Amino acid sequence: MTLKSFRIGAWVAVAVLTLVLSGVMIYQSVYKGTERSVVAAAAKLGAPFNLIDHNGEPISEQAFANHPTALFFGFTHCPEVCPTSLYDLAMLMDDLGEDGAPLKAFFVTVDPERDTPELMKNYVTAFSPRITGITGDPKEIAKLIKAWRVFARRVPLDDGDYTMDHTASIYLVRPDGSFQGTIAYNEDPKIALQKLRRLATGKSS
Amino acid sequence: MKHIALIASLIIATLSGTAIAGETAVGDLKIADPYARATVPGAPVAGGYMTITNTGSQPDRLVAGSAPFAGRVEIHEMTMQGDVMRMREIAGGLEIPANGSVTLKPGGYHVMFMKLKEQLKEGENRTATLVFEKAGKVDLDFAVKKIGGRKHGGHGMKHGHGMKDK
Ligand SMILES: [Cu+2]
Repeated sequence: MTLKSFRIGAWVAVAVLTLVLSGVMIYQSVYKGTERSVVAAAAKLGAPFNLIDHNGEPISEQAFANHPTALFFGFTHCPEVCPTSLYDLAMLMDDLGEDGAPLKAFFVTVDPERDTPELMKNYVTAFSPRITGITGDPKEIAKLIKAWRVFARRVPLDDGDYTMDHTASIYLVRPDGSFQGTIAYNEDPKIALQKLRRLATGKSS
Repeated sequence: MKHIALIASLIIATLSGTAIAGETAVGDLKIADPYARATVPGAPVAGGYMTITNTGSQPDRLVAGSAPFAGRVEIHEMTMQGDVMRMREIAGGLEIPANGSVTLKPGGYHVMFMKLKEQLKEGENRTATLVFEKAGKVDLDFAVKKIGGRKHGGHGMKHGHGMKDK
């Protein structure tokens, strides 16, 4: 081995090492960046949409703006979780009394093919006149489901019918659009009321 | 004499049918407190619940059902996986173990009344037929109970939230 070829070898080694190190650094910064953006996204869910409310009127993301909002995703062919949650939500809003006045609540269908505005209206208003049903173009509904990180999947039944697996939590959204958290399906009613009061008043109890 | 025979046959019919209030016997099975959940107007489905006790030494299976007020009746299981609600038809029916019992209740196993033809209103009763593999067919009188929420401790009554009748 000549001195010259040794020098070239040394330089190649330095170059390779530099590339590897900078690669690691780039990877780390990108990775951290992703983490950061996930946190940011979690604090602000949602996206613009064009759907219709249970009166057949157009509704957009503006309906969730500038007031506290409770969102529940479900479907009318739901035997238990949806009626229970809507019933509870209606009672919790009554329990809040005056405190709950600024609060608006929405029931977004994850089954827009079957949930027509008429069906939604019958269903939702039977629980509370203060809850608004949202349905419409399945593609727009899909967008909304994704934007709120809701899980919803169609599951076929024997006779060609189907049911839906779906997230059963109530989403709480502050007037500025930031995400306060959820009320879980099995949440203690006292905690649920505290969470909703905090959302409605902007204060903790 | 005729009368006695008639009365006797009535008594026998009563005993073999819905003898004790709230409990129905069929074969080795005893079915207690069947009830259905009240629906809001236009709701397409409702759950039916009860406790089934098998006094026999052979397991049985709840395999099917029918009801005049529903287009279709299936046997389902609901589960929560994390915050996601899942519901499935129980393939092959729900087993009622020998000398054991199974409770169908909200949040778990249920008879699912689908394609409802009418609203189920609180305080009413609805008859539905269940079919067991061994015990055979049985007609049950389902009491329709209020929707209710989670365990609000009688909260619902105070509020009188109920449902709008149409
Ligand atoms: Cu079901």
